[in-house]
Amino acid sequence: MSGIATAGAADVARPGIVGARVQRREDPRLLTGRGTYVDDRKVDGAVHIAFCRSDRAHARIGRIDAAGARQAPGVLGVFTAGDIDAVARPIRATSNMPDYRATELEPLARGKVRYVGEPVVAVVAENRYLAEDAAGLVSVDYDPLPEVTDPEAALEDRALLHESAGTNVIAAREFARGDVDGAMAGAAIVVEDRFRIRRKTPSAIENRSCLAEFEAGRQALTLHASTQVPGLLRDALAEIFDLPGRRLRVVAPDVGGGFGAKASLYPEEVVVCALAMRLGRPVKWTSDRMEDLTATSQAFDEIVRARLALEPDGRFVALDADVIGDVGAYSIYPWTASLEPVQVVSFLPGPYRLQNYRGRVRAVATSKAPMGPYRGVGRPISTFVMERLVDMAAKKLAMDPAELRARNLVRDDEFPYKSGSGIVWDRSGFQDCLRSALDRFGYAQRRTEQAAARNEGRLVGIGIASYAELTGIGSRISAAPGMPINTGTERATIEIDSTGGVTAAFGIASHGQGLETTLAQIVAEELGVRVEDVEIIHGDSAAVAHSTGTYASRSTVLAGGAATLSARALRKQAIEAASYLLEAAEADIEMRGGVISVAGTDSSITLRELARAFYTEMRRIPKEARESLELSASATYDPFFGTTTGATHVAEVEVDPQTFGVTVRNYVVAEDCGRIVNPMIVDGQVHGGVAQGIGAALYEEVVHDESGQILTGSFVDYVVPSAAEIPDMAVIHLETESPSTLGGYRGMGEGGTIGAPAAIANAVADALSGLDARVNELPITPDRLFRLIRDAEQRKGESRYEA
Amino acid sequence: MERIDISLSVNGTTYERSVEPRRLLSDFLRDDLRLTGTHVGCEHGVCGACTVLLDGDSVRSCLTFAVQCDGASIRTVEGLGEIGALDPLQESFRKHHALQCGFCTPGMLMTAVDLLAKYPLSTDDEIREGLSGNLCRCTGYVNIVSAVREAAAARGNDKA
Repeated sequence: MSGIATAGAADVARPGIVGARVQRREDPRLLTGRGTYVDDRKVDGAVHIAFCRSDRAHARIGRIDAAGARQAPGVLGVFTAGDIDAVARPIRATSNMPDYRATELEPLARGKVRYVGEPVVAVVAENRYLAEDAAGLVSVDYDPLPEVTDPEAALEDRALLHESAGTNVIAAREFARGDVDGAMAGAAIVVEDRFRIRRKTPSAIENRSCLAEFEAGRQALTLHASTQVPGLLRDALAEIFDLPGRRLRVVAPDVGGGFGAKASLYPEEVVVCALAMRLGRPVKWTSDRMEDLTATSQAFDEIVRARLALEPDGRFVALDADVIGDVGAYSIYPWTASLEPVQVVSFLPGPYRLQNYRGRVRAVATSKAPMGPYRGVGRPISTFVMERLVDMAAKKLAMDPAELRARNLVRDDEFPYKSGSGIVWDRSGFQDCLRSALDRFGYAQRRTEQAAARNEGRLVGIGIASYAELTGIGSRISAAPGMPINTGTERATIEIDSTGGVTAAFGIASHGQGLETTLAQIVAEELGVRVEDVEIIHGDSAAVAHSTGTYASRSTVLAGGAATLSARALRKQAIEAASYLLEAAEADIEMRGGVISVAGTDSSITLRELARAFYTEMRRIPKEARESLELSASATYDPFFGTTTGATHVAEVEVDPQTFGVTVRNYVVAEDCGRIVNPMIVDGQVHGGVAQGIGAALYEEVVHDESGQILTGSFVDYVVPSAAEIPDMAVIHLETESPSTLGGYRGMGEGGTIGAPAAIANAVADALSGLDARVNELPITPDRLFRLIRDAEQRKGESRYEA
Repeated sequence: MERIDISLSVNGTTYERSVEPRRLLSDFLRDDLRLTGTHVGCEHGVCGACTVLLDGDSVRSCLTFAVQCDGASIRTVEGLGEIGALDPLQESFRKHHALQCGFCTPGMLMTAVDLLAKYPLSTDDEIREGLSGNLCRCTGYVNIVSAVREAAAARGNDKA
């Protein structure tokens, strides 16, 4: 492994625990069916909600007839917008970004509906069967309103989704650096296309679920939710219901995947809370898959017109892009509708040297489920577009695409490098990633084999994608543009209790990333105890004073930093307390594996003995020391800017000319996530990210018809790849320790999904290179591939197909 | 709604209950027997999270009515190993990091139990085909295939 060692002496912890393949703490309970996901929580007296959802894309709500439903067996009540509004303050996702227009978050639709699947009526019954029975008896009259479905047509504002906004363009922004027009005019070659990546949905295997319990005696509300952001929900719900935070607790227990889908506040979460308070009964809602596919936040729906100009030697001189983001019906809380499309233009210049850049973006509201965060956020699209342009340019220059990347990737001696959109890349191995990925892939050899396969008439292609992302973002940069919520700090509290047990509490919320294990590794190493001695508390708003949750590849960097700071502070105090018991100077005392000892002697005590002396054996440590010391420490970490994570993906595909299916044959990732806490977990994150990226490249698409009706409401129609579609893959880790973060960590949970769509698209284009097929739209389904090949063959006048 | 009396064995314990004909086996296991290890991911038979063994064959408990199981023997994830005493397949999943969020895992395990009992699983393609009815969104399947491969090899050793 290559890499630049940058950590200072103080950051190099005792070797062993951080960096080891420690088996996960989470696994025994999850493997034996003893996990506790929200729907596993069975509470006496709980009632269930079934929502009646809009079956129209854009319509005025007329009469709602719920008489039959109210009389149905087991029904406690039928509720509409007015019932919720009476107890809940409205909430909107605000932003200080100019040209942004917030939309009201409506827990239940009021006045009109704006997408198919929007909740309109909530029916509460003794159980889910009875609630669904009764919901089927509700009838809602709708007066149709003009369609606002196609994002390019919606730009013209002929019909408005939100009259109060005055336009469908609810966010807009432009980045500009240098003289793009001049550089374009003077460039040797320019490549350009109109790219499109279709709407995708995260589809965690656990559907969203929430359970609200109101304790009348304490006037306190507890929400168990399948969410990535319990702290963020607590703060929002406290505002919505005007409850103090100490009487409002949000718990994310075991969560069955999130990928961004569970990182926002949802109408259903507001409704269960409101109705639990109103009915005095615990109220649960567990989504079914159709609700998930229609009403959970969606992503990746962008049209990008882009052109790249190059010198004859391949140097990039200018990049120009216009992005239209189809952001759906509402600006999601708290990230806003600008999150995804603005990231496309922010990251479009990629990890390359580029002086002249212009990126314009417009976020257009349409009658679809709201666009929200999804693994990669904007960067899968920016990488797809930029990497396609790079390959198109390589072809035009008759240059190997790997060589063209090597000439333009920021070199090791150029960091920190300010990108065309103003992002500063800290020192990371862009060039190393490219080299390592190509080496592992056996690039030269495979190109030879590809040529042989082509001679046999086989459509084999190789695709490369390089990218960079910002991770572990601190307080200086908002996780979403202009968002007035702090996402840049994390706090940890570590405590040694009277039995010597170590408990570390965090604000993050692990939902598959194994943070119970990796954070225990960091605490154990920094504090000097065994991993199994450390209990990690997370996913509970009551555990820390302020938190948001887990998203944006932040938790290892931010919570890991807070763990490091608080563990070091606690260690110092534990050693000082021990100095009275060991009758030695603090400088001579060390703590390792839960044993505190005097260096070079056999004098030692265990953590349990220290705790007993400190808390219960009152004569062993002087009163003054016991009062001034604590076996507890809290610390907040703020990386301020954040850090860079880069990678190169290389894919080999084969296109079947009969079925137009694409098979991914080989896949290599070389990524630089800085110092690794647990290589087993990092590999797993990359594998899963790549699989979702392959889904985006070849299979997954939310389809609406012209009237906004969703056609992909089941897993039969929305195709999530299975084990048969995802190849084995090789992952190479470069460990360029981040110069910008405590511990040298970089975030890496999203990266796999960022690189894969581009690498697959380039590989398919390479497979079809003899045809000059325009691979500019994802996913490349068999239907699209058929049209692509037919159109290309027709252009060349050699079609096998009827026009 | 009318109820029908059923008697069935789940993980070796006999249960006698009166259920509505429409009650899904998945809901019966989770809500009536409080065996919440069986998860529900799609309720239309595609994702495989709810897979259990019915008289030794893997079935979708979300597409099976509880009344269909009268007299049957059901095995769920709770019938494999326990915390502190995982069975070899569970151990292999842990060793290979074949689970992340854990939601698809019970269904994945029960499908693998069925595959291991019936098929040679001598190639990765065969393992992948066998697991293709179970969706996992976290792992990219790479480590699940490794875990099942090792379990299949160990099974061969046992027989030898």
